[in-house]
Amino acid sequence: MEFRGFVAVKDVTLSVNEGSIHALIGPNGAGKTTVFNLLTKFLTPTRGQIVFKGADITRMKPAEVARLGLVRSFQISAVFPHLTLLDNVRVALQRPSGLATQFWRSSNTLAALDERAMELIDAVNLSSYADLPATELSYGRKRALEIATTLALDPAMLLLDEPMAGMGHEDIGRISDLIRRIARNRTVLMVEHNLNVVADLCDRVTVLARGEILSDGSYDTVSRDPRVREAYMGTEHE
Amino acid sequence: MAVGTQYLAEQPKLRTSSMVIGAVVVAALMAAPFFFYPVLLMSILCFALFACAFNLLIGYVGLLSFGHAAFFGGAAYFTAHAAKVWGWEPLTSILLGMAGAAAMGFVIGFLAIRRQGIYFAMITLALSQMFAFICLQVPFTHGEDGIQGVPRGHLLGIIDLNQPLAMYYVTLAIFLFGFFAIWRIVHSPFGNILKAIRENERRAISLGYRVDRYKLGAFVMSAALAGLAGGTKAIVFQFATLTDVQWQMSGEVILMTLLGGIGTLIGPIVGAGFVIALQNYLAASDFPVTVLIGIIFVVCVLLFRRGIVGEIMELTKRKSKQSA
Repeated sequence: MEFRGFVAVKDVTLSVNEGSIHALIGPNGAGKTTVFNLLTKFLTPTRGQIVFKGADITRMKPAEVARLGLVRSFQISAVFPHLTLLDNVRVALQRPSGLATQFWRSSNTLAALDERAMELIDAVNLSSYADLPATELSYGRKRALEIATTLALDPAMLLLDEPMAGMGHEDIGRISDLIRRIARNRTVLMVEHNLNVVADLCDRVTVLARGEILSDGSYDTVSRDPRVREAYMGTEHE
Repeated sequence: MAVGTQYLAEQPKLRTSSMVIGAVVVAALMAAPFFFYPVLLMSILCFALFACAFNLLIGYVGLLSFGHAAFFGGAAYFTAHAAKVWGWEPLTSILLGMAGAAAMGFVIGFLAIRRQGIYFAMITLALSQMFAFICLQVPFTHGEDGIQGVPRGHLLGIIDLNQPLAMYYVTLAIFLFGFFAIWRIVHSPFGNILKAIRENERRAISLGYRVDRYKLGAFVMSAALAGLAGGTKAIVFQFATLTDVQWQMSGEVILMTLLGGIGTLIGPIVGAGFVIALQNYLAASDFPVTVLIGIIFVVCVLLFRRGIVGEIMELTKRKSKQSA
């Protein structure tokens, strides 16, 4: 997967290997979310190319990219606030199961999806809240619900935008375990500020600053790079 | 906005009680022509269905169309022409009107759906005004005169619709069919996706939904049902005129829906009943109807924004929360 040349992000050549957990880090305003928006087509690159599983997706629409199995989460938690947790996950399950366009049938037919939806909710430890509207969840739990909803599509590749932001200590441990589990047969690209999580989880790290790639490699390589330290600290203090 | 109805569907106890209420209402509607003037009732039923169709779009998809008169009035012309000039059977004529409205809905919806909020409203308004101008110019609509003297005919060649009661029950059946169709759409897998799109469109897109198609689908359904109402009105009143395609009609249906309660299933019916009854009773007096309706509109927006039914539902919800 690669792309080159953007407005807010330029000359970023990023390749994510299949089956790896890849982190995208960098100071605020580095262009991490822009890269996500470009990859998932919520923005269209002015120049460059994006390739997913060997196919050029540069000119595709967001929904098409999602259908190919490249599914994202959002920085600001993206749930359907007035739907219950169960309904939130079911919305994601409806499309692949072909139940999304049937306007002449009762919504009771969606009960067929309940079992799978509960499995997914269970995987993020939210089963006891399944009947609550999503808006009543704490921030961290909303993030967990979002991951469950994303997983419902069984995507080949997940893009997680700061999955741990605003989470408490235990939640972070739980979501880390979950990401590790789901990455066994999937590719994960995540933006994350918590460097402990990045060190712990990710096979490879790309550091972005002012829209350009600063450093790329394993966490150890990247963390020793003086340019990375400078970007994070302003100046080097050692 | 539509949370109330959603809870209603999910609680089995409330559901059975609402079914009982529904049965009582249907029985009352069956008996109504023996107590009220049938023509007034039929007028209310036609406008109530029109408002329900409009509400499907604003209440459940969040799209404010300012051009729904084009579907209502357009269907009235198609139906009137088929029944009068071609001598078609009334139900087939109405279905033709409905199909015509659906086709118009596809074209207008296709052009408008890409824009949101006020821009969406303006595009629908502009396109419906173009249609109103066409209706003024083309020969088959007879310009300012409209199509007059449309025969009611015999339903399926058997039931004589010139009998007021027969006409009333047919109108009621069509209304109930339309209302059931909307109820079914709202509580269907498709309706579920509409709800999700209204709640968080970007998230729906990121889950792979082509939201434009869902919106267009809902737009066409809404247009078709507005057409069903318009076609029926043409048979009931035996004419189709420019009044029904003009923007004032689009404004009126917005008023009815807002007054009754946007996003509630029965709100538009209450709103339509209220407005039509008011117009009817004030028609004989010297008091200008538009002034009164304007005042009611302002009061509604300032004091009870959820509309009549919306406020009642909110009150009962709060009460049940207190008692729980």
